[in-house]
Amino acid sequence: MSGSARDLSVDSVTGIDVSLAIAGPGARSYAFLIDWHIRVLLALGWFVFAALIYNGRLSLGVPDNPHGRWFALVLLPAAAVYFLYHWVLELALRGRTPGKRLAGVHIVARDGGAATAGALLTRNVFRLIDCLPLCYGVGLIAVMLTREHLRVGDMAAGTLLVYERDAPLPVAVRGSLDPAGMEIVGELLERWTTLESAARVRLARRVLARYAGAASDTPDGDEAALRARLERLAGP
Amino acid sequence: MSAPRDTGRRQALVASLLGRASLWQSADARARRLGHGRTEDAADAARMADDYRLLAHDLARVRVLLPDSRTREYLESAYARAHATLHRGAWRPGNALLELLATELPAVVRWLRPYIVWSTVLFALTVLAGYALVHRYPELIALFASPDLIASVERGQLWTQGILNIVPSSVLSVQILANNIVVTLFAYCAGFLFGLGTLYILGLNGLMLGAVYAFVSLHGLRGPLLAFIVPHGCVELSVMCLAGAAGAAVGEALIRPGHASRIESFRVAALASGRLLVACAVLLAGAGLIEGYVSPDPRFPLWARITIGVGYWLVMVALLSGRLLRRAALTPVAGGAAPRTRQTPRARAAPAAPIPPGRRGA
Repeated sequence: MSGSARDLSVDSVTGIDVSLAIAGPGARSYAFLIDWHIRVLLALGWFVFAALIYNGRLSLGVPDNPHGRWFALVLLPAAAVYFLYHWVLELALRGRTPGKRLAGVHIVARDGGAATAGALLTRNVFRLIDCLPLCYGVGLIAVMLTREHLRVGDMAAGTLLVYERDAPLPVAVRGSLDPAGMEIVGELLERWTTLESAARVRLARRVLARYAGAASDTPDGDEAALRARLERLAGP
Repeated sequence: MSAPRDTGRRQALVASLLGRASLWQSADARARRLGHGRTEDAADAARMADDYRLLAHDLARVRVLLPDSRTREYLESAYARAHATLHRGAWRPGNALLELLATELPAVVRWLRPYIVWSTVLFALTVLAGYALVHRYPELIALFASPDLIASVERGQLWTQGILNIVPSSVLSVQILANNIVVTLFAYCAGFLFGLGTLYILGLNGLMLGAVYAFVSLHGLRGPLLAFIVPHGCVELSVMCLAGAAGAAVGEALIRPGHASRIESFRVAALASGRLLVACAVLLAGAGLIEGYVSPDPRFPLWARITIGVGYWLVMVALLSGRLLRRAALTPVAGGAAPRTRQTPRARAAPAAPIPPGRRGA
C-alpha cells in the first residue's frame, strides 16, 4: 500500500491498485457537525416530547420525586440517542452516518473494504481520547498532522475516512457515439487544420447532425463553436 | 507516417474501450446492488468477480489512454465500489458475537495474561498503599473521598444505607453501569499515553478503594462495607484490572513496537485487546444490576451475598476462558452454515492468537 497526501493506493489481487481519495479535516469536521446537530436535535426532541407527556402539562421540569419511569422514559432514551449515535449508526450503515453521507465520505478498512464491526467499535471507543481536552482537540490535531488525516480512533482501528467516488459516466460514452463515430470525430479533429475552411465546416456539420442531432443552432461561420462541439462529443 | 498510424491505433483502442461502457454500467449496477446485500442469486454474486476483473482491465487501459478524463474518474469509482463489495465480509452479528466470546476472547485473555497479572499486582499494591496511608494518617481521607461520604462515616453510617429509599434500583443500576463503563473505557484508551494514563487510572482507583476501606475500618464499619461490596465487587474490580491490562498492552505496543511501525503496532494491539472490552461491558452490565438490586438491599443475608459474588466471578472466569460458550460455538447453526467471520488472506495467514507487539522482535 502506498499513497500521496490526498490519495491512497490499495493493492488488489488483479494487480491494478484501487485509488481512494482520503477525506481531510474539512470534510471530517463538516460531517461531524451535521451529525452533532442531528443527535442533539433528536435527543432534545425526545426529551421535550417525553417530558411533556410524562408531566401532563406544559412543563419540562424534573418531578419532585422522580422515580424509575421518569429516568427510563424521559432521560435514558435521550442520553442513549446522544451517546450511542455514532456507535449504532456506523455499525448499522456499515461505516456511514447521515452526516458522513451528506459530506460525501465514509469509513473503510485499510484494504479498501468495509470496516469490520470490531474496528468500528474500537474507533468509537477512542473518541474518549480524541475529544480531549475539548471540541475534539486531540483528534483535530492528529488529523491535521498525519499524512492520511487519521484521528487516534482511526489509527487504533486501522480505518480511513475516504470520499464517496460517484462519478457519472460521461455523455459521449453513454451511447451518443459508437466506436465508429469516435474514430470519425477523432479523425476530423486531427485533420482540422489541414482541411479547407468550407470543407471542415461542411464535414463538421454532417458529423454533428449524425451523432449529436441537428447542428443548425451553430452559425455557419463559427468554426470555433463547431470544433468545440466536436471536442465535447469526442472528449470523454 | 508512423505518427498518424499511432494516432489511428490509439483512437481505435479508445473507441473499442469506450464501446464497453454498457458492460461497465452493468458491473457498477451489480456492485451497488450486492453492496446493499440485495441478491439471493449465487450466480449473480459470482459474476461480480468477472466484473471486477473487467473493470480492472479497462481501468488499466484508461489510465494510459485517457489519463485525465471523466471516463477514468467513472471507472476509478466503479472499480473502488466493486473492490469494496468483493472485500465486504458477511454480516452475521449473532455468529460474530458468539465467535468472539467463545473463541477469540480466550485467545486474547491468554495473550494478555502477563499484563493481567501485572495490572492486578499494581492494583493490589495501590489498595494496600491507600489503606496504609489513611490508617496511619486518617485526615488524608479528604484527598480521596467526598465530604458527604466522610460525614456519613463519622456519623457511624455507610453512605450506601438507605440509598434505595432515595434512588430506585433500576436507576441506580443504570447510573452505576454508565459510570463503570466510562472508567473501564478510559483505563483502556489511556494506554494511548504510552501506558501512563492506564497506570494512573488503575493506581488512583486502587488508592481510593484502600483509603476508603481504611477510613471505614477506623469507624468500625468494615463488616457492612464488605457485605456491600462482595456481591458486585469481585467482578467489578476484576474488570478494572482487565481493562488496565488491555490499556497496558496498548501502551507497550507504543513503547516497544518491535519490527512494525509504531502506528501499525498500536493498531494491532488496540484491535486485539479491544475485544476484551466487549466482555467487560457484558460483565459490567451484570455487576451494575447486582449493585443496584442486591448490594444495597439489607434483606440479603451475608451468605447469599457471598454466593452471588463468588458465583458471578466464576461465571466471569468461565466466560474468559471460553468454557462457558465453547459448546454453543461448536454446535452448527440452523441451515448448516458454520459461524464465520470475515478474514482477509493476510488475516488467515496470521496466527490465531495475537502476538504481543512489543515482543515480536525478541
